[in-house]
Amino acid sequence: MAETLARAVAATRRYGGIVAVDQVSVEIRAGELVGLLGPNGAGKTTLINMLIGLRRPTSGTVELFGGDPRSPASRRAIGVTPQETGLPATLRVAECVDFVAAHYPDPVDRDELLGRLGLDGLQRRQTGGLSGGQQRRLAVALAFVGRPRLVVLDEPTTGLDVEARHALWQGIRDYHADGGTVLLTSHYLEEIEALAERVIVMGDGTILTDGSLESVRGMVGIRRVSLRIDTVPPLDGLLGVEREGDRTNLLTRDADRLVRDLVAAGAVFSDLEIRTTSLEEAFLSITTAGDADAAAV
Amino acid sequence: MLQLVATHAKYQILETVRIPIAVIGNVFFPVAVMLFFVVPFTRDDPAEATQATASVVTFALMMSFLFTYGVGVAEDRGKPWDSYTRTLPAGSAPRFAGRILSGFTFMALSLVSVVVVAAIGTPATLSPAELAAALGALVVAAIPFALLGLAIGYSMPFKAALAFTQIVFFPLAFGGGLLGPPGDGPGFVETVAPYLPTRGAVELVWAAVGDYEINPTAMVMLGLWIAGTGALAIWAYRRDEGRRFS
Repeated sequence: MAETLARAVAATRRYGGIVAVDQVSVEIRAGELVGLLGPNGAGKTTLINMLIGLRRPTSGTVELFGGDPRSPASRRAIGVTPQETGLPATLRVAECVDFVAAHYPDPVDRDELLGRLGLDGLQRRQTGGLSGGQQRRLAVALAFVGRPRLVVLDEPTTGLDVEARHALWQGIRDYHADGGTVLLTSHYLEEIEALAERVIVMGDGTILTDGSLESVRGMVGIRRVSLRIDTVPPLDGLLGVEREGDRTNLLTRDADRLVRDLVAAGAVFSDLEIRTTSLEEAFLSITTAGDADAAAV
Repeated sequence: MLQLVATHAKYQILETVRIPIAVIGNVFFPVAVMLFFVVPFTRDDPAEATQATASVVTFALMMSFLFTYGVGVAEDRGKPWDSYTRTLPAGSAPRFAGRILSGFTFMALSLVSVVVVAAIGTPATLSPAELAAALGALVVAAIPFALLGLAIGYSMPFKAALAFTQIVFFPLAFGGGLLGPPGDGPGFVETVAPYLPTRGAVELVWAAVGDYEINPTAMVMLGLWIAGTGALAIWAYRRDEGRRFS
């Protein structure tokens, strides 16, 4: 089995009374391209911050290259993106890269790196004068300065236009093809689908699902059939039932079949609507579906 | 390691120098105090002029350290860039040392400008031996304010740190007797002064540049202040993880 680069064992992190990450165990192995998904507040960033040494777990352990992420030596082979567009506004682009490069024994060539991310010719510009998209690309570039074995990209393409996003995806694929390991968070299902091989879904501080892209994609393809109905007959493929005022929502992967079955069962209903679940709703319904299955057993 | 310290100091200085008004502001206040409160009143008394300059220098030093560290550190901690630099394989020592170096650099700048004003505009005099003693005294005098600044910066969010620094700054300066000649302040100032770190600090500098007899109470209190602010700074630094929620 491939070497484990980062690991959490029953890691919990509390902020005051709030449990941000609850007993999470996970391993990131060499050569993987892992997408970490989940709604805001699911604990993605806190989990990542523990793995890269920014946060101490309240209980449990985290490891990076077999050591404590909080010791600098353990961080020599990771690359991280600054969150948001938090670059020092008065520093020039070249200075930002040089500053980061000074921390690594064998940094990549600055101008070549900037060229790859479409930042050629901007070396002398102060970062505060860059467009939002350029700042974002520079932030991502910084993750690759030290020739990392593991890059951690937290929302790397937020604020990028489609073209820049696709260019960045290609960069991430190239890095991965050369043997690099990637841990990526994103709000965009499309981004995870385009890149990740393994998908981890978090919600309420725990890992809901951890599997191949295909298996998770199957779970996410959920439709919500919303209608007014008094009693729901027994239906095949029904994943969950939600009540919303006088409306009832039926969760299913195959909305067509569910409606046909409803009609065939002679159920009385009105005001039928079928909605695709958004990514966040889909994750919520993964938990709901789990509860419904458990109830059915 | 040393190279990293230099790198961190260089970039912190660069970040500040690129905003010239920040540098000017740092120099302006002590120079203005010299021009308005020292130059016009010490025309023909070299000893008094020297002592008044020493007070302003201590004042500049206290201001520089309280604000650079108290407000500067708190502001940096709130920035995503600061979180990011903690993921680099360097540990906190180079950044910390770089911060101390850049703090001293800007303090030196304001000291030099005060000394230039004193040399041109007042009869203040200083022998080479006194100058050396004064520099030594200033380094010791700087310690409690640097530590207090760090304790504030590492324990409070930016807005609280700014308000708190402004609140402690004035009583320390006025109560310690920095804003007047020794022994000439209002009665209550003379009473509380020896218990404030500013008094111990400025007495060291006064003694270095002229005939001033140091008050032992002020020295003991200075030592206590250094120990107290040191403990606070270490506590705040250890518990700090940048912003609380992220």
